[in-house]
Amino acid sequence: MTQYLLLRHREIPEISRLEVYRQHGGFEAFRKAVTGMTPDQVTEVVKASGLRGRGGAGFPTGLKWSFMDRKNWPHYVVANADESEPGTFKDREIMEGNPFQFLEGVAIASYAVGANRAYIYLRGEYQHIARWLDEKIAEMEAAGLLGERLFGTDYSLRMYTHLGAGAYICGEETALLESLEGKRGQPRVRPPFPPSFGLYGKPTVVNNVETLANVPLIVQNGAEWYRSMGTADAPGVKIFSLSGRVKRPGNYELPFGVTFRQLIYEYGGGILDDRPIKAIMPAGASSSLLRADDRLLDTPLDYASLRPFGGDLGSASVIVIDDTVSIDWVIQKTIRFFKHESCGKCTPCREGTYWMKHLIDRIRTNGKEEKQVQLLLDVARQMQGKCLCALGEFSTMAVVSGIERFGEDFR
Amino acid sequence: MTLAEKYSQEIQAIFAKYPPEHKRSAIMPLLYLAQREEGYISRQAMEEIAELLEISVTEVAGVVGFYTLYHDRKEGKYRVQVCTDLPCALRGADEFLKELSQALGIQPGETDAEGRFTLEEVMCIGACHRAPVFQVQSAEGVTYYENMTVEGALEALKKLE
Repeated sequence: MTQYLLLRHREIPEISRLEVYRQHGGFEAFRKAVTGMTPDQVTEVVKASGLRGRGGAGFPTGLKWSFMDRKNWPHYVVANADESEPGTFKDREIMEGNPFQFLEGVAIASYAVGANRAYIYLRGEYQHIARWLDEKIAEMEAAGLLGERLFGTDYSLRMYTHLGAGAYICGEETALLESLEGKRGQPRVRPPFPPSFGLYGKPTVVNNVETLANVPLIVQNGAEWYRSMGTADAPGVKIFSLSGRVKRPGNYELPFGVTFRQLIYEYGGGILDDRPIKAIMPAGASSSLLRADDRLLDTPLDYASLRPFGGDLGSASVIVIDDTVSIDWVIQKTIRFFKHESCGKCTPCREGTYWMKHLIDRIRTNGKEEKQVQLLLDVARQMQGKCLCALGEFSTMAVVSGIERFGEDFR
Repeated sequence: MTLAEKYSQEIQAIFAKYPPEHKRSAIMPLLYLAQREEGYISRQAMEEIAELLEISVTEVAGVVGFYTLYHDRKEGKYRVQVCTDLPCALRGADEFLKELSQALGIQPGETDAEGRFTLEEVMCIGACHRAPVFQVQSAEGVTYYENMTVEGALEALKKLE
């Protein structure tokens, strides 16, 4: 067993070539699924593995697949490669370095839910990756791994890339589907969820790139093997995107259960200039700000373990903040981002982010008057629980946690 | 010349990606195609795309306006888009933008007198571990420039001229 399951190109640089990927067992899982397993059996293995969505929500992947409405056809699979959360750059490395493992995951997911057509929705900035994947898809077609009557069965599958054009909101699955349908990327009211009403109103599974890249290994090696890694709450491995005030920012593929201390100090080389660590945002700009005390630094990380700290692991986009940074500046940055990215569909988010922006700018320019800080906190709290999608909620996380937990920076 | 005349093969390939009854899905790739002409999408191109997709020009313009990588106005030939979001800013992106702005002699949002460069401040582009970073958007598409210094950036931009 090699060190990497997902970032295998770090050990096998040529794995982005089809023959090399196949020499290392590539597409055996897809063949095994299509020729030797029923779609339900594939879904069952993924369910049993405990694989959870790596885009941030952590929803059980096999369970999502099992929700597909079987009375309504055709079915679609859409890979979410929109990766736009500030602090996230992991899907990009998978697609650049180990593209076939991701594409094989898309293929297996498609077989499991009976889809004959799959789309890969990439953020617009990833044009070079879309072109790269187009080449890989063409190679798969030429090798008989995509197309009609695959492996001599009557299963057929086509795959297509689709480029977004610069909109964070399109990472939200229903906004992504709207965008793929050729509209402005504004979220739909849920329910219904995509497995009953998705692309073109048809049952659709939307999975993150990293999630899908796990699937071939699970099908090949079994659920038990996968569960032997990570924690009971979150089996398997996770790519942590480490950024901010660390010496060695980058992607680190590690089993769930690793601690922030290991991630930041062992793998990330510690804090720039060896300064004291102050705060951690574990889920990119959408995070609550967590005070980086010993208890937090030594907590084994999975989806459940950060809840007692008032945080979420999300997509594990760990932004590290040291003692040179003031939290009022941090939330000015996150608010600016969410105000820019708010799609404008629902009032609490559109107006709320607008007013938060004005208030934080005023506080940062005119001095930290208690009344203004309280007003900012009130606006953020007013938004919570009232927005159509998660973006509005996300925009308040750093604001509320920052003012509550780092009050000294707002006085 | 219309887009359909100039890019008939590309347009066919784009439509082939989507179910024929859902050809509206082709709007985003068609807009990129239109933008290849002059780095922005003209009113005429929007009208043509609306006709191809059998939707209104307003709907096309709504999509153009929604996404930040589509432009409806002519700016510099190269849009220099510097990320100053939180992870990049923690690694000096604000200072980088300021210095680059001084070196180019234009403020963010401005275009130089020759119409070569437009400087823009943009949201996260997914390269937080390689800050400071910027991307250059032109009629040809988007190119990343990572782990940048101001000198390195100026050198790279010079090669574009």
